[in-house]
Amino acid sequence: MKVALFIPCYIDQLFPEVGVATVKILRRFDVKIDYPLEQTCCGQPAFNTGYWLEAKTLAEKFLKIFSNYDYIVSPSGSCTSMVRIFYPEILKNKNIEEITAKFFELTEFLTKVLQVDSTGAEFNHSVAYHDSCHALRELGIKESPRTLLKNVKKIKLLEIEESDRCCGFGGTFAVKFPEISTEMAKSKVDNIIKTGAEFVTSTDSSCLMHIGGYMSKNGVKVKTIHIAQILANF
Amino acid sequence: MKETYTPLKFKENALRFIQDEKRRANLNKAIYHTLSKRTEVVSELPDWEILRQRAHDIRKEAIENIWHYIEIFEKKASENGIKVIYASDAIEARNQVLEIAKRINAKLCVKSKSMVSEEIGLREFLEENGIETVETDLGEFIVQLAGEMPSHITAPAMHKSRDEIGKLFNEKLGVEFTSVPEELTKIARGFLRDKFLNADIGISGANFLVAETGSIVIVENEGNAGLSTTLPKIHIAIAGIEKIIPRLSDLTVFFKVLGRSATAQRFTSYVSIINSPRRKKPDSPEEIYLILLDNGRSQMLKSEKLKEALYCIKCGACMLACPVYQTVGGHSYGWVYPGPIGSILASAQLGLEKATPLPFASSLCGKCHEICPVKIEIHHTLVWLRHQAVELKKTSRMEKLLFKLWLSAMKDARIYKAGAKLLRFLKKIGIKPSLKAWSRTREFPQIAEKSFREIWEKELKN
Repeated sequence: MKVALFIPCYIDQLFPEVGVATVKILRRFDVKIDYPLEQTCCGQPAFNTGYWLEAKTLAEKFLKIFSNYDYIVSPSGSCTSMVRIFYPEILKNKNIEEITAKFFELTEFLTKVLQVDSTGAEFNHSVAYHDSCHALRELGIKESPRTLLKNVKKIKLLEIEESDRCCGFGGTFAVKFPEISTEMAKSKVDNIIKTGAEFVTSTDSSCLMHIGGYMSKNGVKVKTIHIAQILANF
Repeated sequence: MKETYTPLKFKENALRFIQDEKRRANLNKAIYHTLSKRTEVVSELPDWEILRQRAHDIRKEAIENIWHYIEIFEKKASENGIKVIYASDAIEARNQVLEIAKRINAKLCVKSKSMVSEEIGLREFLEENGIETVETDLGEFIVQLAGEMPSHITAPAMHKSRDEIGKLFNEKLGVEFTSVPEELTKIARGFLRDKFLNADIGISGANFLVAETGSIVIVENEGNAGLSTTLPKIHIAIAGIEKIIPRLSDLTVFFKVLGRSATAQRFTSYVSIINSPRRKKPDSPEEIYLILLDNGRSQMLKSEKLKEALYCIKCGACMLACPVYQTVGGHSYGWVYPGPIGSILASAQLGLEKATPLPFASSLCGKCHEICPVKIEIHHTLVWLRHQAVELKKTSRMEKLLFKLWLSAMKDARIYKAGAKLLRFLKKIGIKPSLKAWSRTREFPQIAEKSFREIWEKELKN
């Protein structure tokens, strides 16, 4: 099984520990991983802002890099949905879906392809799970992360009221409409606080960056942690 | 109010609403109430997803074959004595109504709820022409008294509290203040009864037009549409061309999904299926007119992307579910149809020239699609509209330039790496480039000591 790792650009530069955790988890299950160094960004920021030509250039580059692997795995529901759902929108190549269908978000790769429901991790903390919109509604990832988290030893897993409600990030939306975006973050954080959790986790560092950014600005003590970091705690 | 009512003012309208805590609380209380009841009545139907798919398929069939079904409808309705008139735009539609009104020297119109009539500004137009026109739906009656626009398509006054309504009635109708809903309804009913009995014309919208039978179908909860369409001698119904459905039996699907999606009801209190003017018994109008309004819709039919927005049955569920709508309220959108579907309709009907902020005013979370009873891919169409806006150069030059720069870095891993190196150097000497729009309300994370790719190459690769 030839597996390539796609580490989203912002994880590469801002949250490299998420990538490290991903490698650790996959290697535990004897997955041989390749990390093609020519990779950069999947093109989503451009695509979502309407710059489809720019996005298309990156999509073509992306497919060239990754087309020869059996699977491509990424610790991001958002970037996975960009490739799997939106590449076919901007690239009219024949058989494009054959390639994009090989792209998996980490937790769905673990549960669906490797068919494991535990990584053997231990995490002695209370954790609230936040559904990323792209993971949940574009890819239908709901149970995979919850199953894996439930099987982490000593974890106290908590559900957030309206856990499927958007945190307000939305890419460039967050800077085009900062006031609306911030109000949405506030609603999310209010619900996170209500759980009493020490940590909030998600499949996506982008949501966590927004939620965490709002929390630290407002002195909220809840910490953010990517799901891979919890699952790699063995 | 109307002059400032434009999508171009979205941002400032939204800011004003965000700061108005009372108004937001009213809105969110109403939304929360409806959404939780909706969940209850939807979960009673184990085949909800199958119903949604069926509703989607019927709407698709209707829109794909719209002219065919309109032809059948027109033939049937005309045979039954309904006069079908086609109006290509708002001006034509308004003039058609005025012409009929002038012919019988009408002084008073009663109106039941119709978003299409809001779309063409019918009430204001008739009043300018000296014809008193009264909204008879309670919510619409309230916003008419207040001189406002509806803030939601099925719950037009949902932004108002009972206290505000009590004050409004006290001020405008000269009645004693009360905030008891039953009392307020009684007051409105007392005022309206007289209008119903004296009206020359009843104006309504239509929820569905059934091709097979030539029927005009209206669902409602207050009985005012029933009265508006039966008491006056003339009934004028106005409907967008997209309201067509092929068969009478299709209604069984739509009645189930519409009530639940719009008002969290298993079934609306009243359904009128209007087939013809009076025949023998004097219990319905002498004449019925149906104005079929185009107003940009046939243009939408030409676009594979926009066509799907015409499947909409105007339930308003996408508005309630949208976290942006919940934050900014319906009026901020500056268009008759607010919220996610409204952002598509505004872009299509007004043109991106006049609606550009709207497709961008979404975090693309997909709640709108998830709740839509006819499964319109609203969030995906919004991204496509953003692309159209970029193509038409409706976004700033600065933004375009930034994306060009960004692309040149992302296109080549070497440049990307050099860029990251520069940022690390800046961090080292204490410069942290920041984006005010983000950092005013949220911290931005620092660039990491080492990138993942560096760690990979040095520590993880082997």
